[in-house]
Amino acid sequence: MENIVIIGNGIAGISAARHIRKLSDKRIIVISGETDYFFSRTALMYVYMGHMKFEHIQPYEDWFWEKNRIELVRGYVTQVSPDTKQLLIDGSRALHYDKLIIATGSKSNKFGWSGQDLHGVQGLYSKQDLDLLEVNAPNKEVCKRAVIVGGGLIGIELAEMLRSRDIPVTFLVREDSFWNGVLPKGESQMINEHILEHHIDLRLGANLKEIVSDGNGKVKSVIVAETGEEIPCDMVGLTAGVSPNVDFLKDSGIELRRGVKVNRFLETNVPDVYAIGDCAEQHDAIGNRRPIEAVWYTGRMMGETVAQTICGNKLEYKPGHWFNSAKFLDIEYQTYGWVFSERGMKENEAHFHWRHPQEKICITIAFDQESGQFLGINTFGIRMRHQVFDKWLTQEKSVDQVIEHLADANFDPEFYKHHEADIVSKYNSDFGKSIKSKKKSLKRIFQIS
Amino acid sequence: MSTYDRSMALTGQPPKILSRNQKIATLIGMGGLGILLLAAFNVSFPNKGLWLTLSLMAISAGTIWFSWDAYTHKLPGIKNDGVWFKSISSKGLWGWMAGIALTGFYIVLYFYPEYLGLVKDGNNKGVIGLFDPLSRMLSGNPASQWFVYGTLYTVAILAFGIKFMWKYRHNRYERIRTMSVMFFQTAFAFIIPELMARLNGDKILNGGSLPYYDLKNVWPLNYYNFEGYRIKSFLSSGDIGFALLIFGILSVFVITPILTYKYGKRWYCSWVCGCGGLAETAGDAFRQLSDKSVSAWKVERWVVHSVVVFVTLMTTAVIYSYLGHDTSKYWLTKSTFLIGVASLLTLVFAWVMLFKRDQFKKDAIYGAIGYFVIIMALIGFHFFSGDGNVFLFKSETLRKSYSFLIGSIFSGVIGTGFYPIFGNRVWCRFGCPMAAMMGFQQRLFSRFRITTNGGQCISCGNCSTYCEMGIDVRAYAQKGENIVRSSCVGCGICSAVCPRGVLKLENGPLEGRIDSNQVLLGNDVDLMTLVNKK
Repeated sequence: MENIVIIGNGIAGISAARHIRKLSDKRIIVISGETDYFFSRTALMYVYMGHMKFEHIQPYEDWFWEKNRIELVRGYVTQVSPDTKQLLIDGSRALHYDKLIIATGSKSNKFGWSGQDLHGVQGLYSKQDLDLLEVNAPNKEVCKRAVIVGGGLIGIELAEMLRSRDIPVTFLVREDSFWNGVLPKGESQMINEHILEHHIDLRLGANLKEIVSDGNGKVKSVIVAETGEEIPCDMVGLTAGVSPNVDFLKDSGIELRRGVKVNRFLETNVPDVYAIGDCAEQHDAIGNRRPIEAVWYTGRMMGETVAQTICGNKLEYKPGHWFNSAKFLDIEYQTYGWVFSERGMKENEAHFHWRHPQEKICITIAFDQESGQFLGINTFGIRMRHQVFDKWLTQEKSVDQVIEHLADANFDPEFYKHHEADIVSKYNSDFGKSIKSKKKSLKRIFQIS
Repeated sequence: MSTYDRSMALTGQPPKILSRNQKIATLIGMGGLGILLLAAFNVSFPNKGLWLTLSLMAISAGTIWFSWDAYTHKLPGIKNDGVWFKSISSKGLWGWMAGIALTGFYIVLYFYPEYLGLVKDGNNKGVIGLFDPLSRMLSGNPASQWFVYGTLYTVAILAFGIKFMWKYRHNRYERIRTMSVMFFQTAFAFIIPELMARLNGDKILNGGSLPYYDLKNVWPLNYYNFEGYRIKSFLSSGDIGFALLIFGILSVFVITPILTYKYGKRWYCSWVCGCGGLAETAGDAFRQLSDKSVSAWKVERWVVHSVVVFVTLMTTAVIYSYLGHDTSKYWLTKSTFLIGVASLLTLVFAWVMLFKRDQFKKDAIYGAIGYFVIIMALIGFHFFSGDGNVFLFKSETLRKSYSFLIGSIFSGVIGTGFYPIFGNRVWCRFGCPMAAMMGFQQRLFSRFRITTNGGQCISCGNCSTYCEMGIDVRAYAQKGENIVRSSCVGCGICSAVCPRGVLKLENGPLEGRIDSNQVLLGNDVDLMTLVNKK
């Protein structure tokens, strides 16, 4: 029987394991140094906030693994030897594999700041980081102020977490508006306002110069590069992005750049070794995607794809239309298709932006200004139906058609106020059109003939 | 291990302590409860009406002020910070104490009302005596333990309903739903039946008197609705009595199926029902305590469906026992009634087996067992019953054991008393026969579903954690499957707490409602075809 070894029990590795089990009877071993069982990484924040206990963020009950004959091994893989098809766990236990899947995820970026390894300084990625946060910032008495460095999705989550325990937070963001490398300016501006509403001390255009020690190896303060201001604090969160967690493969002969280099079949340069999820790096980016995609959904898709390949059904990794979601404090964000920020905007890409006059709700629709083709949508505070946008993107609908049928795409709970009328009238006045909003149709939504 | 586990404090370590306002509010609320407690110990209050008003006002004001202070300084959004750190909401010391206190209250209420001051023939004393003025004002009669209970129940739904609406002030579905349960409790369960009692003996009832009837309380939840004494009172109360009886029958066989078809059982369970109303308002703080394990689900299915079988048998036996043999006196006789019940059950069974068999699979066996138990018992009734005896039991014994085991112990003592331990919907999930019957229809023949939004689920688990019915919502959502579960009461909280906007409660065409295929959009279409092959 073939021995499939998976390093990493995150969403990518576990998706692969589950689907290999569905398709075959192969022996499956999953190795993780982080936790005994698979958990939802994106939900770690809710454990600190007290919304859930750690056991709640584990999607499967503990008996699931034995029942499905997925063997779980606890330990860090320290060495991989493709020549002998062997790997070492914690430097001692050796394990043979017939096929190896690397799904080791990411680690927090540290850019060599002075003081970055002091006590009280940490990233937020792993279960261990969460436990460390309970030490560094259990409450506002122990942690009188926290400074977060890096304005991305993890940074704002960490800010939300700390605020849930009333810990004062200073948020250093390098950009002159929050996440504006990704979000168009209207949206980015709205999130700036929302961060301030939550009493987070947001510092835009502020870089970290150094982290100052208290003389006992613990953080005392940080110094802002631009102003030289010293901000006293008990905890520093380093959330300036993540990069693939592949250091243990350095001498293995497996080709690395930032991540493990893979082709479209998720194969590495070494036979029978695959890489999936955050740690995989495509030779050539797929469409508008980045070569390394550190996203929950893509990890899952790669896991499912590689399972097919390993079970004798060689399959290319072909992700469908791009989508993603996040939550900025109280504001939900969803995106379907591509909407680029002013910095990354493609040629011919034009935007239509609407924002609610009072509430924190807005949308941005990207379209091709020559052909009028709909390219993508960002929505904040309005839920949209994935299925509908997926269909519209496949059918290459025009922006006018999308605007006209926007009610079909609404996914807000029942009785919520609808904004289609306002959106359409803003669109009409922006572009001199006279589109009338079509009423929501169950027939169209559920695709009944 | 997380470090908060290290705390040795029995009460856990909430991230926030009570504000000054909340402390005062607690004091006021406790003061109100204190008056009731003093009354229970037979402290005689001079002006009962005034002290009762004071007490109820203090309880409501305390609750409302407390929650106002909890939410007013915060932006609209999900308010679950610290739920698992607070002792009351995470089975800590306060949770257990509240559970024991509530359970004790229910035991006294159901079995020892004399300790609350109930006096059979004479003036009430104690806490029931304190409620006399209010009862006389409404119905003209002295209070009973049920009147005290009904009043406190209504006060709880109103005060905690306001709290719930503040907590979910960003969510219109939750706000409107809560207004609905507050309305139905106050009007239908509390005020209308009390006022109706004033008509008793009146000319328009032909001098008859109506049984106490909460109109929204449908059989089989209202398991006693067709008992002999009630039928007699209905029939002796002129046209109004007759109309109410007809309404009672229609609400079981016509109104409930139609509404459940259109909206799912939520129209009742989380919009109208009193048990649901209390669970959603006062019980909201405990919704995360329901057990989501597969084993709990197995227990749930056996227990709740056994209750359905039990209540059907019991009701049939009770009605059977007071019907006659002679067609000339009344068209409905013992044998026509039994044949009627048997054919109705056969019809339902045949319809399910013919048209919904494919959705049923292994469960069909259980359904068949339940069905045949009932049918066999019905036949048994016919052959083994003597006068007053049905089958091997007296129908009265059957009725009494149902009323004791299910009506009192299950729905009251365990169902509500154990809120802080097992979660707020223990009764609805494990015991309520009405919920089970509507659930059966919801699963097979209803437009309601919770739609999963393509591939957006991140498996975080908020939906499952906050599902009061113990449904593992995430198990469906992460596969892209719609959630169509018989136990879902449609409270909408899974959708509310989802941080990625993945879940939507909605009514739509039956076609494609239940799709066990994995539909994770954003994936390669060919891959999804392969994944779903098996």
